[in-house]
Amino acid sequence: MQPVDSHLFLIVGAALFSIGLAVVLLKRHAIVVLMGIELMLNAVNINLVAFSQYDPDRLQGQMLALFVMVVAAAESAVALAIVLQVYRHFRTAQLDELNELKQ
Amino acid sequence: MFAALSLSGGLAVLFTRNVIYAAFFLLLTLLGVAGLFVLASADFLAIAQLMIYVGGVLVLVIFGVMLTNKTDPAADASNQQPNRIASQNRSTGWVISALVAGSLFVALFTLLARANFALLNQPVGWQSTVNTIGRQLMTEYVLPFEIVGILLLAALVGATYLASPLAKSFRNAAR
Repeated sequence: MQPVDSHLFLIVGAALFSIGLAVVLLKRHAIVVLMGIELMLNAVNINLVAFSQYDPDRLQGQMLALFVMVVAAAESAVALAIVLQVYRHFRTAQLDELNELKQ
Repeated sequence: MFAALSLSGGLAVLFTRNVIYAAFFLLLTLLGVAGLFVLASADFLAIAQLMIYVGGVLVLVIFGVMLTNKTDPAADASNQQPNRIASQNRSTGWVISALVAGSLFVALFTLLARANFALLNQPVGWQSTVNTIGRQLMTEYVLPFEIVGILLLAALVGATYLASPLAKSFRNAAR
């Protein structure tokens, strides 16, 4: 199998991280902001895996990527539950319209 | 090819105006990332990516989208599309965030293009990583493994409690 040039992984990781950052900064919908965070975590995972293939005995990068994945799953579950409660309270999920803590 | 898949998916998430479309383009991106994991000789992580992200997180996100997109009849006329992502209303916000993200990408790209990692010139072999990951999880990483298990349990129980409609009545009853 032809090994891929590792610079490609790093550049794709950088591009995905930038796209995720732009999504987080730009969008005003709570769920889309969560999607941007997922994109950034995936970019980090690509970098970890790209460097981990030169360490086949210990695979520290892949272990860290695995833990990042689990923590991201937990984070998205809790954040979506909070978004759901916010939606029940305010009847909207647009972040610009959430402007009070108490009714 | 997988790189193009994930990048186009990410750009489509950035530019679409509908949350449902964004969720499905996110699916495209995550599939591309799983393909990149396979190309980087991380087969176990690719399967884990497919199962956790595509099977779990994305279904959760789509449920979230579908539970929060009800039209509000009392809303004003600009609020007609229920899944709209309000982003175009502020051109300054658009310019600033595009500037931040674009400059970050340009900086990282020039850095990576100029850098010459000695590690990346080594030959790399292809072998299955499942055996190594299992051994590492049970020896060197056994404490983080248990901690992350507890964390996941606590987070999922907490999320279930937070999302349940009973939560508010319990809180009111306890008050």
